[in-house]
Amino acid sequence: MLQPFFLIVRRELRLALHRKGDALNVLVFFVVVASLFPLGVGPEPNQLRAMAAGVAWIGALLAAVLSLPRLFAADLADGTLEQMLVSPQPLMLVVLAKIAAHWLLTGLPLALAAPLIGLQYGLPVDALVILLASLLIGTPVLSFLGAAGAALTLGVRGGGALLGLLVLPLFVPVLVFGAGAVTATLAGINSSAHLSLLGAFLAVSSLIGPWAACAALRVALD
Amino acid sequence: MTSDLLRFAAPQAFFPVAGKLIPWFSILAGALALAGLYVAFVVAPTDATQGESYRIIFIHVPAAWMSMFIYLVMAGWAALGLAMNTRLSGMMASALAPTGAMFTFLALWTGALWGKPTWGTYWVWDARLTSELVLLFLYLGFISLKEAISDPARADRAGAILALVGVVNIPIIYFSVQWWNTLHQGASVSLTRAPSMAATMLLGMLLMALAAWMYSIAVALARLRRIIVERERDAQWVRMQRAAT
Repeated sequence: MLQPFFLIVRRELRLALHRKGDALNVLVFFVVVASLFPLGVGPEPNQLRAMAAGVAWIGALLAAVLSLPRLFAADLADGTLEQMLVSPQPLMLVVLAKIAAHWLLTGLPLALAAPLIGLQYGLPVDALVILLASLLIGTPVLSFLGAAGAALTLGVRGGGALLGLLVLPLFVPVLVFGAGAVTATLAGINSSAHLSLLGAFLAVSSLIGPWAACAALRVALD
Repeated sequence: MTSDLLRFAAPQAFFPVAGKLIPWFSILAGALALAGLYVAFVVAPTDATQGESYRIIFIHVPAAWMSMFIYLVMAGWAALGLAMNTRLSGMMASALAPTGAMFTFLALWTGALWGKPTWGTYWVWDARLTSELVLLFLYLGFISLKEAISDPARADRAGAILALVGVVNIPIIYFSVQWWNTLHQGASVSLTRAPSMAATMLLGMLLMALAAWMYSIAVALARLRRIIVERERDAQWVRMQRAAT
């Protein structure tokens, strides 16, 4: 059961290695968005420190939305997705593997790059650690729920903007608890409640997201 | 009994039934709205603190109730459509969505108009306002997803999946926004007014809510008939109906 899972993950990672630009561009986009905010609102350090978590999180949400259309599109175009659907492996396994690979290629790099942005915004070290932790817990949610959105908009006219409209409202809890954890740390409040709630939402989304993605893929390939 | 009811799951069987029901629900909506408006503007007393401006609640609160209730009903039809594979369910969800979005917008709009005289600002990032705004986005997402997929059967099922994911998330979103609000806002304006509400005010609000409910049913059924005719335009019975009129 686990072997096909790892095979698909490895296949996705290898494909990404051939097209390094795709994953890298998402990361660069994230850093560019975060760097634009001070230019827009001014370089006042206290204001920037208060904004840092929100900026990092919104940048991560936008970067995730940007990366999602490619999750199934290439496999749909060359027929791989149909082969996966008719293969003896359950579709859920395929979807979970693709979600895992998506997180390794976008969520994880975004989370690791975020403390750098936090430094630019003058966050203290304890807040940087919490920012990293919140992104490590929260970005898988983006992959879980995002996979459902990507599957729903597969092969649909104007899929990119529509995908954003579908998934961004669903990301509200991640944004609130994720950015809230860092803001609480800055205010001297223990952030473990935020992180626990973020973990709870991760658990819920790991149930809904793959289910919806599987159902949507079956609809798309009907 | 159930098989009798299931007969109406066929668009062809439900089409005339919907046509017969629409006038009744329209009349009920009109009568309830008239009674509600009478209570709202003539019977209900002027509020001690807010003066006359509070009277917008007779539109605002029913609109807010309907906005949430319609999403639940929509998700219910969506689930039924996915589980039973009935064509009418998806059409029903499509017929309800614009009305739900309209009530959500109305709730936000009247809330803004109410906010100006009472809080001095059109918009505050209050938990209820923010989650109502997110609800509007969910409606818009549902409508645009259905619009974007040209095959109706596929659009119905994709929309149903989205509605179900949305309905699971709504309580979580509401809770998170409330949490966020208490963390960020501190003691500023609050929408929770004193619970002591005159009985006539409550009566007016209930009448208006019932009117909104009846209106929603009438409008959804009318829209459902349009959707049925549009989708089944090549079916024999639609052609015969068109030839007869």
